[in-house]
Amino acid sequence: MHPSTHPSAASAGPGGIEANGLVKRYGDVVALAGLDLVVPPGTVLGLLGPNGAGKTTAVSILTTLIAPDAGTAVVAGADVVADPRAVRARIGLSGQYAAVDEHLTGFENLDMIGRLYRLGRRRAAARGRELLERFSLTDAADRPVKTYSGGMRRRLDLAAALVAEPPVLVLDEPTTGLDPRSRNELWDVIRELVRRGSTLLLTTQYMEEAEQLADDIVVIDHGREIARGTADELKAMVGGERMEISLHTDADLDTARRVVARFCHGEPHIDGRTVAAPISGGAQTLTEALRALDSAGVGLLDVGLRRPTLDDVFLVLTGHVAEDDAAAASNAGPTPDRRSDESMEVAV
Amino acid sequence: MDRIGYAFADGFTIARRNVIKIRRVPEILVAVLVTPLMLVVMFAYVFGSSIDVPGGSYREFLIGGTFAMTLIFGATFTGVGLADDMQKGVINRFRSLPITQSAVVFGRTASDVIYNVASLAIMAGAGLVVGWRIRTGVADALLGFGLLLLFAYAISWIMAYVGLLVPSVEVVNNASFIVIFPLTFIANTFVPSDNLPTPLRIFAEWNPVSAVTQAARELFGNIPAGTPAPQVWSLQNAELYTLLWSAIIVAVFAPLAIHRYRRVGASR
Repeated sequence: MHPSTHPSAASAGPGGIEANGLVKRYGDVVALAGLDLVVPPGTVLGLLGPNGAGKTTAVSILTTLIAPDAGTAVVAGADVVADPRAVRARIGLSGQYAAVDEHLTGFENLDMIGRLYRLGRRRAAARGRELLERFSLTDAADRPVKTYSGGMRRRLDLAAALVAEPPVLVLDEPTTGLDPRSRNELWDVIRELVRRGSTLLLTTQYMEEAEQLADDIVVIDHGREIARGTADELKAMVGGERMEISLHTDADLDTARRVVARFCHGEPHIDGRTVAAPISGGAQTLTEALRALDSAGVGLLDVGLRRPTLDDVFLVLTGHVAEDDAAAASNAGPTPDRRSDESMEVAV
Repeated sequence: MDRIGYAFADGFTIARRNVIKIRRVPEILVAVLVTPLMLVVMFAYVFGSSIDVPGGSYREFLIGGTFAMTLIFGATFTGVGLADDMQKGVINRFRSLPITQSAVVFGRTASDVIYNVASLAIMAGAGLVVGWRIRTGVADALLGFGLLLLFAYAISWIMAYVGLLVPSVEVVNNASFIVIFPLTFIANTFVPSDNLPTPLRIFAEWNPVSAVTQAARELFGNIPAGTPAPQVWSLQNAELYTLLWSAIIVAVFAPLAIHRYRRVGASR
């Protein structure tokens, strides 16, 4: 279950994040049940899980907003409990619940944050202008943030996290609630940050986002890690690629099953007029199988090569679908085991 | 800069941000400027025209009470501002920055002094228009304004604590109304407390709102001639009593509010 580096095996170094055995309880509810995380400097760790999995609690501990009940965490070389101020000086936090002020303009927000980072009046203003330029917000710089679109607001929020050029960035669900186009724009911005060498901890409930941005992924559910690895490693855990063929008539089923069995591992699975089977060799194997089916006279309605997605991974690991769970959580309202994440989200 | 210098700089930055909002948020502008103006004019004409005070003007008597009541209600803004920042996630942002953590609450209460100065200025202007006069000197008048602002500042620390304690802006508004309304009405703000039923009279006499009102009236020279001298220590020494209460409230609620601020993430 642990294809990549385990925390005990490596140290995160001065510019990274290392957390060991983080526990956080809210009354009887266990939000984190002993979470380990390592983000080596200059890499991106995706923390993936549904609402209430403990993502926001983990982020809150790593950014010194709350103290853990047990466990330790060192961020950018400083201990979050012993020296929270040093941690705050070296991180940038952006996300669903650390907000910009909607009544201030984009510039005023960044200028204020620059001053609070003690850049001094002139440097704070210059840095604000520079970031607005870089995030294509110059035209909107002097408009109150409440006139911004969702995507612009998130970009400004991200810019706010970058004011002091921190070595470590923590992005908590940076694209939740954005339309696909804004999401893609924001992904480009985040990729650019990573290219410049930032260490990044990213939480998300979107499989695609973790796959797009993260070097390593930790999947959590109910406050504990259930898997970790690269996107490919995680996919390998649910098995490799499968071929799927749909037939015109039931009459061909038996022939098709016999032909497909020659190319796959194990027994083909039959569901209605669809024959599915795990294969290796990808398109090559598929082509050969199709030729054989054709010579056997099997009429095909549809053919496909299916690779597992992170959604499949999540389903296999947790027994439920991540996004369904998120939807159920928002419908059900704040149930006790989701309290930590849920109440944070009110603050968006 | 040393630690204290930084703390002041951080507080100033936060206060500056709150002041910018007066121009941007119509609700704040209304609450800070329009409502106080309306209260002065309304009280002056509705009550001031129909009640006679022997040896003086009820309208003048009324103005000290109107100032006190409006400024104390204005303290609600401190709580509303903090609750709003908490709801919107702005507090989380501040808490993730390497700033002096108490600066956010200090900056909030400081900017509310600026709100209160603006309210007081507009009320004084309106008061002068409807016939209120300062019948003492400049020094006494300034002391009167100063005491009103100081007491309102103290109350804003209570509201800061309330604002950080409760989950939403609406709750702050309701909570403040439940506390502030009786506090400002069971007092000498609008009527002399002498004629109240005994339990209410005793409450009114020792109510710090009565003291700050009494102090303002004395310092503006608005006590009608022939009014009997107060019988209780709190009103005989209204300035001192106001200072004492202000000091006690700040000493209790500033640490409570700051402690609460440091923990807002923990319980949410």
